[in-house]
Amino acid sequence: MKHLPLNGITVLEFSQYLSGPSAGLRLADFGARVIKVERPEQGDAGRKLAIKNLWIDDNSLLFHTINRNKQSITADLKNEEGIAVIHQLIKRADVITHNFRPGVMEKYGLDFNSVKQINPSIIYATISGYGNEGPWKDLPGQDLLLQAISGLTYTTGNLEDAPVPFGLSIADYICGAQMVQGIIAALIRRQKAKQPALIELSLLESILDFQFELLTTFYANKKQPKRSAVSNGNPLLAPPYGIYKTGDGYIAIAMTNLDVLASAIDCLAILQYKQEHAFVERDAIKDILTAHLITHATMYWLEKLHDHKIWAMNVLDWRQLRTQDGYKQLGMEQRIDLGNGKHFITTRCPIKINGAYLQSPVKAPALGEQNELIQNECSGQQHTIKSMA
Amino acid sequence: MRLLEDILVIDFSQFLSGPSASLRLADMGARVIKVEKPSTGDICRYLYVSDTRIEGESTIFHAINRNKESYAADLKEANDLRKIKELIQQADVVIHNFRPGVMKRLGLDYDTVKALNPSIIYGEISGYGNEGPWKDLPGQDLLLQSVSGLTWLSNNANTNPTPMGVAVVDIVAGTHLAQGILAALYQQIQTGEGALVQVSMLESILDFQFEVLTCFYNDGEQLPVRSAVNNANAYIAAPYGIYKTLNGFLALSMTNIVALGHIIQCKDLLVYTEPAEWYNRRDEIKSIIADCLIAKTTDEWLAVLRLKDIWCAKVLDYEMLMQEKGYQCLQMELEVQTSAGLTVKTTRCPFKVDGQLLTSGKGAPVLGEDTCAINQQFGIQ
Repeated sequence: MKHLPLNGITVLEFSQYLSGPSAGLRLADFGARVIKVERPEQGDAGRKLAIKNLWIDDNSLLFHTINRNKQSITADLKNEEGIAVIHQLIKRADVITHNFRPGVMEKYGLDFNSVKQINPSIIYATISGYGNEGPWKDLPGQDLLLQAISGLTYTTGNLEDAPVPFGLSIADYICGAQMVQGIIAALIRRQKAKQPALIELSLLESILDFQFELLTTFYANKKQPKRSAVSNGNPLLAPPYGIYKTGDGYIAIAMTNLDVLASAIDCLAILQYKQEHAFVERDAIKDILTAHLITHATMYWLEKLHDHKIWAMNVLDWRQLRTQDGYKQLGMEQRIDLGNGKHFITTRCPIKINGAYLQSPVKAPALGEQNELIQNECSGQQHTIKSMA
Repeated sequence: MRLLEDILVIDFSQFLSGPSASLRLADMGARVIKVEKPSTGDICRYLYVSDTRIEGESTIFHAINRNKESYAADLKEANDLRKIKELIQQADVVIHNFRPGVMKRLGLDYDTVKALNPSIIYGEISGYGNEGPWKDLPGQDLLLQSVSGLTWLSNNANTNPTPMGVAVVDIVAGTHLAQGILAALYQQIQTGEGALVQVSMLESILDFQFEVLTCFYNDGEQLPVRSAVNNANAYIAAPYGIYKTLNGFLALSMTNIVALGHIIQCKDLLVYTEPAEWYNRRDEIKSIIADCLIAKTTDEWLAVLRLKDIWCAKVLDYEMLMQEKGYQCLQMELEVQTSAGLTVKTTRCPFKVDGQLLTSGKGAPVLGEDTCAINQQFGIQ
């Protein structure tokens, strides 16, 4: 796309690791200029956080994944010189994000009220772990801990399993996604009313919002939702909802009525249970299905289920997925050039606008890579920051 | 002024993905009108979950559709379709999550709508995109989790592929749609130009896995290997996981194994001095930790570990969570009232704007309850 929706917007990202930076990544996808403001020498702690020990240059592949298409300036917030640079930048910025613990930005004189004095139309977005008040405010806002404390781990796995976490950083991710919504909505208001905005998020509120269906059900009946003992897919849903082992793999079957299912897969034994008792008898029904579905291959069942318009799918791993035409035609992968003849492959933005994918080949910045460029812009030696974008 | 004051959203979507996007837009101040089929409405109204329903309607419908209006229209009837088109001419956003081709057949595809209202933002969610061999498959949460590789990330190595027990694909796709709609609205206010914003559940759930998928793309396609003991993330070293204690469960985040050995007085951990072992030998290390932690209560361990700044937490279920001050002080619970006088307790928008919670006491609409008022207000006859 020639013109992206957030072209002309400048974001100062004081955020580290995943939650805040994943929001910065999406804003960059939409065309914003995202400048990471980092500590000299170390920078975003995410630079040194690797999974499977995969590195690209001095930085982990993980850092490159989250921070592509951004710029970097270093500033020491603990000294006057550093703060002076930041004040210059704030004057020219539209958005600030940070995910420091409560009190840190206040210490640097970079809290919302102070920043608003420098730039009266700033959109200021912050992420904390547990909110700015209450007994938990100083606890570490780490994803697994938020999953544990929010009840989420009692949704996944089977009844007799210990609590099972989601195998990804769901609290970080979903909080970052919410932050993007708040920031852009505030930019919309700013266009009409020239108002600044303070957007405050916490990982805890975000992961509770994520469970809004379960929580609303819980508030109504006061009963802790119980995972089913067999093939739990969602603690609120009746059988067959779940994943079952077949003769050669696994199959997922979503919601359907027992009589339709019984005739589709020729499993009359489940008809001893009435539809209105299906939820209560879910484990007994799922036990019968487990014994039944193991007897044939996945494709055998899938054909029968699809013939009866029952929602079912084979369970794939990434290697299998990557060979499917349904995956390939999405063009979900994009190549990021590292400038030294090397490149890596990552996913693109999942959102299409006017039929075009939002892609960018720009790699993650080295620490302080744009120091000189940005300082020159600030001192007026080049075009303003906005026209550089 | 609310962030999305004066924004009008016409929402044709059903179930969870699209409606969760419009819920957030409503939270931020947009006016959301659900267009529903007369007599049946959003199928989600009758999607009963477990054995809980509120006044004959599903709890989840009320959770997803609070703070919206309902307009009943049969899109297959020429007269109703004409009325909807008049409404769309005055709207800012249209949302739908029908399967590919349905809106075209109804005469409400993007090109037609754009001709009626050139500045419209038209947002749609499909299951698998609008092309390719999967385009007509049902876009259902569990099935998308299963096809996208996601089910190989949670639970222990010896267990079946395990779905995440919340409709994560629907919710993530909904947030992506809201993001795209907002970005397009921002541009529309500047240029007056509308936009088509498209999201598929498959692309959304792949994006959700972006960190680990990028790893897979670049490490020679090595599949994730869940740890056999207390798996929490296939890519993270010991002790990362949830452990049984004398009276409950404890979550332990990343930390130095030798230091942890000293703190919990577990001599067997002291030999693991090489950080690479914490990943490569995580199952045996986690087994040792598990054997040690079972000896004391969760609170005893929390006291010991927090003193040394080890990142850990007590594992709570909803009943336990509700008892905690840290939960109560968030004021996460929101009471809404329907026009029928029914009070429903649900959750509020998760973020604050200008120090204020975004709350509204308006409950989910009764099917078609706003049809007449909307006709009047917009001069539709």
